[in-house]
Formats: sequence, C-alpha cells, structure tokens
Amino acid sequence: MSTATKQIEELANTEYKYGFATDVEQDIIPVGLDEDVVRLISSKKGEPQWLLDWRLKAFRAWLKMTEPHWQNVTYAPIDYQGVSYYAAPSEKKKLNSLDEVDPEIRATFNKLGIPIEEQKLLSNVAVDAVFDSVSVATTFRSKLAELGIIFCSFSEAVKDHPDLVKEYLGSVVPHTDNYFAALNSAVFSDGSFVYIPKGTRCPMELSTYFRINAKNTGQFERTLIIADEGAYVSYLEGCTAPMRDENQLHAAVVELIAHKDATIKYSTVQNWYPGDKNGKGGIYNFVTKRGICKGDRSKITWTQVETGSAVTWKYPSCILQGDDSVGEFYSVAVTNNFQQADTGTKMIHLGKNTRSTIVSKGISAGKGQNTYRGAVKIGKKAANARNYSQCDSLLIGDRCGAHTFPYLEIKNTTAKVEHEASTSKIGEDQMFYCESRGITKEDAINMIVSGFCKDVFRELPMEFAVEAQKLLGISLEGSVG
Amino acid sequence: MLDVKNLKVRVEDKEILRGITLSVKAGEVHAIMGPNGSGKSTFARALAGHPGYEVTEGSVTYKGQDLLEMDPDERAREGVFMAFQYPVEIPGVNNAYFLKAALNAKRKHQGLEELDAMDFMALVKEKAKILDIDEKMLLRSVNEGFSGGEKKRNEIFHMAVLEPALAVLDETDSGLDIDALRIVSQGVNAMRSPDRAFIVVTHYQRLLNYIVPDYVHVLSDGCLVRSGGRELALELEEKGYGWLEAAPRLGSGQAVVGARK
Repeated sequence: MSTATKQIEELANTEYKYGFATDVEQDIIPVGLDEDVVRLISSKKGEPQWLLDWRLKAFRAWLKMTEPHWQNVTYAPIDYQGVSYYAAPSEKKKLNSLDEVDPEIRATFNKLGIPIEEQKLLSNVAVDAVFDSVSVATTFRSKLAELGIIFCSFSEAVKDHPDLVKEYLGSVVPHTDNYFAALNSAVFSDGSFVYIPKGTRCPMELSTYFRINAKNTGQFERTLIIADEGAYVSYLEGCTAPMRDENQLHAAVVELIAHKDATIKYSTVQNWYPGDKNGKGGIYNFVTKRGICKGDRSKITWTQVETGSAVTWKYPSCILQGDDSVGEFYSVAVTNNFQQADTGTKMIHLGKNTRSTIVSKGISAGKGQNTYRGAVKIGKKAANARNYSQCDSLLIGDRCGAHTFPYLEIKNTTAKVEHEASTSKIGEDQMFYCESRGITKEDAINMIVSGFCKDVFRELPMEFAVEAQKLLGISLEGSVG
Repeated sequence: MLDVKNLKVRVEDKEILRGITLSVKAGEVHAIMGPNGSGKSTFARALAGHPGYEVTEGSVTYKGQDLLEMDPDERAREGVFMAFQYPVEIPGVNNAYFLKAALNAKRKHQGLEELDAMDFMALVKEKAKILDIDEKMLLRSVNEGFSGGEKKRNEIFHMAVLEPALAVLDETDSGLDIDALRIVSQGVNAMRSPDRAFIVVTHYQRLLNYIVPDYVHVLSDGCLVRSGGRELALELEEKGYGWLEAAPRLGSGQAVVGARK
C-alpha cells in the first residue's frame, strides 16, 4: 500500500458521533418470538382484531420461510429468539403536548439535531420521532390537519384512521413478500403514517427520525404513505443508533402509494451505527421499501444516502402501473471498514409510456464491500417504456470492493433500456492535483467524493443535501488513498 | 527566493536527478530545457512535492524555509504553484468551486478574509478575460472533457487566480497550437513582476520566443550541463541537444549562475 493510500485510509476512519445511549426507563418485553409475543405486542398497542389477525397470518407465513442468502453479504447467523421485539420508553399516560415528552428523550433528539420542538417553526420540517419502537412526538400536526393532511404515528393511524390503514396496509408489500417483510408484519411496533388528500401539495417536508436505543432489541417500523390524486409530498427519513458491541436488527417496511397525478419524494439519510473499525457490532439493516405508481402520470422518487449499518440489504422499488408514470431511484451508498451493502432498486414497468431512471453511486473504502443490484422489468403491455440506469463505483484504497448486478427482463419490443456503469479510484493523481492547489487531503477527498455523488445530492431537499455531504465526509474520514 | 542545493531525486528506485543546484531570485524567469528523459518534469514535480518523487539528498530552501519539509498543500499555500503537464480531471467538481476552495485555503493561511461567492466570481471573471477563457469553462467540472489546449489554459488560469510567488510550468507548451501558445504566454507575461519568479520547463525553444527567460539551464541525464542567457536556447535550437552531450558537466555543488541577458 502506497503512502497516499495509507493516508487516505486514515482519513476515512472517523468516529461515529451518534453512538451515545440514553438512560430512560424502558418497557421492554423478554427476548424471544412466538405467537404469544405477537399477541402481546398487539395488545400493548390496543389493536383491533383485524390487525392482530393480519400479524398472526404474517407470523405463520414467516415460520415457513427461510432467511434469504442470495445477497452479496456475509454476517453471523441471527438468533431470532435472542432479540426483544418490543421496547418503549415506559411512559404510560397519553401525551398532550411535546412538553410532556421525557426530558431524556428530548435531550437525545436535541443532541441529534432533530427539531422535535414546536418552537423550531422556522425549520419548516414536520417531524415524527420514533424512539426504539414507539413514536414519541409528531410536530406540526395541527397545522397540517387544516389542509386535511394526516401525519402521525402508525399506532395512532390504526386508532384514528382504521379504514385507510386497512385499505392500504400490505397492499404494496404483502405480508408474505419476503422473510424480513413477513417478520416485520408480525411484530412491527410503530412507524409513520402519511395521507395527503386530493389535489393537496404538502407545504413542508415531512420527516421521521428513527432511533434505536435499547439493548438487544430490534426495530421493526412500518411506514405507509398515501398521496391521493394530484397530491404532492416530500418525505425524509433519518436514523441513528448507539454504539453497541452486539449486532442489532432493523427490519423495516415502507409502502408508498401514488394515485393519479400524485408525486411522492422519499429521501433517506441512513446512518445507523456501522460497527467499529474491526467490524464488531453495528446494525443489520434489512429493509423492504416499495412504492406503487397506481394512477396515470404519478411519480415516485427514492433518494437514499446510505452511510451507516454493518450490513445493508435494501432495494427501494417502483411498480409503474399507471400510464405515463415515472419511477426514479438515486442512491449513494458508502461502505467503510467492514461495512457491507447490497442495495439497488427494482423498476417494474406495467403501464404504457412509463419511464424510470436509476442513478447509483457506490463508494467503498477500508475493507468495505459495496454491491449494486438492480432489476428493470418491462411487462408485455408496457409499450414505449424507457429506462436509463447509471451505476458508478468509487474505490478508496485497495482493500475494498465494488460489484454490480443488473438484471433485465423485457417483454415488450418497444422498450428502450440503457445501462451505463463505471468503476474508478480516487487516484494519487487526483489527490496530488488538489493538494498542489493548496487544498488539504481531507478537503480533497470530500470534494472528489461529493463530485462523484453530485447527481444524487441534487435530488435531496436542501437541508438534507448539506447534512448528507457532511455525513459522507465523516463516514470516510481516515479512508483515502 | 528559491535555493536548490545538490538535489537528488529517485522515482521507484531509479535515480532521476543526480545533484541539481540552482538559485532563483524574485523577479526572474528561469527556463529548464533538455531532451526527453533528462529529468525536467521530475524537477518540477519534486518542487511541488509529488509523493512519488523521493528526495534522497540535497536541500531546497524557499523564502528561507525548508521546502522539502512541507506537504504539497502547504507548499501551495506558501505560494508555490505548479502548472501540470497532464492536468487531472475531477468529475462533478466545478472548476469555479474548486478554485474558490483553493484560493480561500491560501487566503486563510495568509490570515486574509475568505472571499465570498460574489467577490470570488468578480475576481475570476476578470482573470478569465485576460486569458480569453470562456466563462462556461468555470462551470464545467475540473478538466473533465477539456481539450488538451483547454486543460493547459485552465492551468494558467488557476495560476492567475492563485497568484503564486513561485510558479513552475511543466511543459505547458506541449500540445498547444500557436494561438493557444500566444494566449498562455500573454497570461504568464502579464503576471511577471519583481516579486514573482517563474521556472519554465520546456522541451522546445518555441515557448521562449513568447516568454523570454532571464536564464536558460540545460538538463541532461539528471544533471545541469549548461547554464546561460536566452541565447543558449537559440543555440540549442540550432544545434540540438546532441551538441551538449559531449560537453563537460557542471559538477554538483557548483553554483550555477548564467550570464545576464
């Protein structure tokens, strides 16, 4: 390894700064999973019978399934009986205002820079904060309600808007979809719910902030977003977790439904604890995200910046059912040290004149392994479907890896599908060029990496783009070569 | 400004420079000429601090400081600039943004206030005009998709914005047509000043018709074999480098002072 490579590697190794744990009293159920646990979760949440039945159906399906291992990742076997499936801050009484949120939890979110206080009106972001399994605060709710917009925790939606939940839950990701989706369907504890009524443009960014705090717990949240005809919403998701030696499981499900002429933008900045320099600890991030462009001219955009987690396994996908509907996927995935990511998307073209764009930027440093896996399917009836895919990999140092697996399935001859891929290295030449102009090594790496990710960052809402860029710098500190 | 004493440089176990001694004062323009493989570019890169070029012996004093002790970015902030023979592409990073970062790093180092976007653009537009640089080039990614000539012009443009005290031009003329050569030379000449020095590395005397040097040095096989005034370059053009191969070498450690032009 050359000196420059060594220096770059050093730069990529920065500490995880969200690794603190919060000391709050927890209502946590014993480890293990069986039907009684599913019933217990459901009863703790005071759920209606139909939802319990749905959970049990999912649980029974899960028992018959086996954990998938086709992904390009390796990890120690998960002991599903060694995990607690429900942890909540033990506050029992119903909160009437944010002032009643446990000060410890509020302090946690403040430390993370999450604006859950109503005073932060200027930030113009409505936030739902999920602490371990439970949603602790949702801001701006009344203001949004004036427009008929529903933005609340999943549990509240079950109580207050059961018809909507019943209609859409599992409609995009069925409870039998895959192993982790089935597990989530059985034991999900909370999450966010969004409904934007017809012709309404949501005036602010909606945001959910997920935090895993308790030990030995998994986080299984569910997000359901429905944009009715002509509606628009931009939704942001952020996540962090304390540093713990053991691996923790995060198996979420996100479902998006865009009706006629509706647009949903879903942006994620995922910064779960990635494990330490030696690959100890970290989150297993096994997530199923899928959206359906149900109506004509609807549009779904997934933008993700994945810097955290020990192992990431996720493919935010679009089913383009409506004619002229549009699916987009923009992704930056960073793997450093021993992190592994197998991520990408599926674009399923069913309607006529449907279009999809895939831009994936994988960055590998240290011993990180980064895999892009994407499928483009063009159905028989999808006349004039278009897809453009671009997958670029950037290697930092010489011990990491990048892999690309594009799959195509085309059943209509009028389809046009393009795929471009590239792999490059941050070379000594680029570094030296920047340095010879007076730019420090750190700044040079950040600059080169940001340049590499530009196509994705410009899809993020402004505040997030800045945060993502910083995060990228932090994730790669100590890594360049 | 610059004192190079018995500089020996190795690249991958091969000794390329075998004892260079050279003194450059503020306000002077020195041309380094020589056949291919003589070590001209090695000299330039060693001054800029390229990590692949290992200094095994000798010293380089720049403005009273040990240049060899400094990292490449420190050298740049102290006012050393090298125009690359092969400028590097940085996809996705726009040229103006890159230059702003570079200039502000330098200004910060000098204890000056960093320029905001407005002031910076005003400065850059003025410099772009002198070098006949299309403003669109500012918004393109650094060197990406630039033609060979555009890349070289961009190097001189960077130099104009960063205003170094010591500029090293590494074969800036190679790959330039006559018009581009004229524009680049005008840019360099406009920057000549009593407190700035240039080291112009070139294979051809052609460039020296435009950038008239105070001294010409000839490198051959890692040693300076001849120093003189401008007329030395003309003589070289006439007789070729072969003529010098037979000439006695200037020993290392010997001060090389050419005749004034």
